[in-house]
Amino acid sequence: MTKILVDGTEVDVPADYTLLQACEVAGAEIPRFCFHERLSIAGNCRMCLVELKGAPKPVASCAYAVKDCRPGPNGEPPEVLTRSGLTKKAREGVMEFLLINHPLDCPICDQGGHCDLQDQAMAYGVDSTRYHENKRAVEEKYIGPLVRTAMNRCIHCTRCVRFLAEVAGVPDLGAIGRGEDMEITSYLEQAMGSELQGNVADLCPVGALVHKPQSYNVRPWELHKTESVDVMDAVGSAIRVDARGREVMQIEPRISEEINEEWISDKTRHVVDGLRLQRLDRPFLRENGRLRPASWGEAFSAIAAKMKGADPKRVGALVGDLAGVEEIFALKQLMGSLGVTNLDARQTGEALDPAWGRAAYTFGPTIPGIERADAILLVGTNPRTEASLLNVRIRKRWRMAPLAVGLILDEQPDLTYPYTYLGAGTDTLTSLGKGEHSFFEILQKAEHPLIIVGEGALGVPGALAAAAALAKEVGAVAEGWNGFGVLQTAAARVGALDLGFVPGEGGLTFSQMLEPGALDVVFNLGADERAIPPGAFVIYQGTHGDAGASRADVILPGAAYTEKSATYVNLEGRVQMTNRAGFPPGDAREDWAILRALSDILGKRLPYDSLGGLRKALYAAHPHLAAVGSVEPSDMAALETLAALPGRSEKAAFASPVADFYLTNPIARSSRVLAECSGLARGRALEAAE
Amino acid sequence: MKLDQVARSLLLKEFVSGFVLAMKYFFKPKATINYPFEMGHRGPRFRGEHALRRYPNGEERCIACKLCEAICPAQAITIEAGPRRNDGTRRTTRYDIDMVKCIYCGMCQEACPVDAIVEGPNFEFSVETREELLYDKEKLLANGDRWEREIARNIATDAPYR
Repeated sequence: MTKILVDGTEVDVPADYTLLQACEVAGAEIPRFCFHERLSIAGNCRMCLVELKGAPKPVASCAYAVKDCRPGPNGEPPEVLTRSGLTKKAREGVMEFLLINHPLDCPICDQGGHCDLQDQAMAYGVDSTRYHENKRAVEEKYIGPLVRTAMNRCIHCTRCVRFLAEVAGVPDLGAIGRGEDMEITSYLEQAMGSELQGNVADLCPVGALVHKPQSYNVRPWELHKTESVDVMDAVGSAIRVDARGREVMQIEPRISEEINEEWISDKTRHVVDGLRLQRLDRPFLRENGRLRPASWGEAFSAIAAKMKGADPKRVGALVGDLAGVEEIFALKQLMGSLGVTNLDARQTGEALDPAWGRAAYTFGPTIPGIERADAILLVGTNPRTEASLLNVRIRKRWRMAPLAVGLILDEQPDLTYPYTYLGAGTDTLTSLGKGEHSFFEILQKAEHPLIIVGEGALGVPGALAAAAALAKEVGAVAEGWNGFGVLQTAAARVGALDLGFVPGEGGLTFSQMLEPGALDVVFNLGADERAIPPGAFVIYQGTHGDAGASRADVILPGAAYTEKSATYVNLEGRVQMTNRAGFPPGDAREDWAILRALSDILGKRLPYDSLGGLRKALYAAHPHLAAVGSVEPSDMAALETLAALPGRSEKAAFASPVADFYLTNPIARSSRVLAECSGLARGRALEAAE
Repeated sequence: MKLDQVARSLLLKEFVSGFVLAMKYFFKPKATINYPFEMGHRGPRFRGEHALRRYPNGEERCIACKLCEAICPAQAITIEAGPRRNDGTRRTTRYDIDMVKCIYCGMCQEACPVDAIVEGPNFEFSVETREELLYDKEKLLANGDRWEREIARNIATDAPYR
């Protein structure tokens, strides 16, 4: 710790702090453009100049370490002045230079209202200009369908370049030229090849990079902001849903050190238009082979008529990937009261059984825990498409100090960090387990080995047990370190497994229920990824007109994740809650309320009338769900059970469950923006294959 | 009864002075105007009915910055914006003013960076139903086209004082 004087206040900070950090500790505000906490230091905007006693000229506080300051002649601590005349003059000068070429187009700029340059020009600039020369003109660049450029406005902070190179791991942007002629460019006018590219527009302190899909649509002051949680993947990124009136206009990341830091994937951000399109806004009923709009009463009586004579053994309930814990709980209780045991929420990963314990289906090390790992084995997963922000964490870990990463998958994707490709499937895993593979030694020597099992491996019998056995063998689970993680891809999955929404006594599993002739009545709560065979009467409750709705006989319109307060448990087992940013369209209702109303019609009234009542019952049955925001440490005995499972192994390759990153759920498939992204990504993949 | 009172009543003094006053005003210029056929003076800053202006080449001025919407104290303005179809520039897709809510304070024209929304000299826009006072973009642009000459003159006249 080093002492330093900031504006007369003495603070004690670590010697490796920068002056900017020290000033922040002292409570002094330092303006900045290029500096960003999560990116490397560039020191090129010069806005953070401060006066350092003894230095010949103002110093850039973001790039000057406390330990580089010289003490005073009598050994006094170095002194920084952030409010002195020199500092003020320096800031005004820098601001004047930045504004020489910055166009005065704030009224037509999408950044207007939340622009760093606008705010700081107000706070630290002067009110008049001394320049009458023409401003520099820079051509617009095409850098993809998600980010629009207005390069006249660029102030060359290079945050976008650093983000893509450091966090996203695709060096697609760069700067050419120097001085006034410097330009940010993608070199060949190519779209950025990252699933995180939307973040560059968030990072841009001016309006040079703005979000293309919501171009000109919104001003920051007219938005109603709701803090919520993303459900596009199982990571459960913290998001802020911005709505105008009833309509969700944009989704922005929220800072959450435990999960997504401050990035979100493009799917999370640009799914907004999917929330408007293809919506189910009223109940539908199939008559003479065609779906027709119906009233709630008609739909309910059709269901009641069908359920009346149905044998509970021939009734099944499926839960999809986006359902909240509340509705799964209500559905489970309703089905329980009807005597139905054919319940399953595992659209993928049927190998998982909640009976083994929570450690068997959650991501044990937690996302921040990845930073402690020193060897990682990815089994049957491509984390970049299945959980992009988890992949960002692995890359962050790799950037701290390169570590060995091994991959067992049937393809060799670009994960944005180097890895050792070990093999395609069970053979490799078995040989690793026997210690025959060289990577085994790396894992064994590692202090904190981490084994991540994806859904690609869960689909292969025996693979989960083999991976667990390997984890035990290499000491991935020890005191203070849980290095075994299952990487789920669906937001609803962990919550459903926590509730035990799996086949009961003599019940059928998901696949068994989908066999032709297995069931008479299927209640489908938003499961769209797997086709239900003809024959059964299907009740679909969901939000979008996707595969599930087109197969349904009765459609009950529900609420999407931005339209209800629902609990989701992310892949770590962290309990999180969404909040309502708008109302569901038309006649659509919140899902738990639909199930409550239906239960009345079926004569098995659920014992609650409000969301609060439901939650009370839920927390009584599953106390850990009441601890919103935290991860309950799981009992590692589950791993022993897993490893001891009878080894009925098949020879098979592991294939990632996510074939198209942009189109993994009904909301994303309804989005035009994501469809465009998907097309581009496909084109890129074809080009790479050539 | 006093003598002066008698003299006053006999000589009809009140009548004469009243008659003189009446005659004086009879021959003076009139203070009232024949309203529907004549108009009183309106200053260049008169804040009447709103109009959206165009540039001389016919292009609409409004760039959908939404500053008027933001500043409107009565929240009478509603704007939706988006890229224009042919060239992708920032334009309004909807520009509504609720003239019933409007308090004619003139903040919108003060906020406008391109002098697009203005309060013109027209105050004769009374209508029979409330709905007719919910102006949309088409109506406002038509107003602008109709009143452009007067509006431009007013702005030019007022320019030295801003």
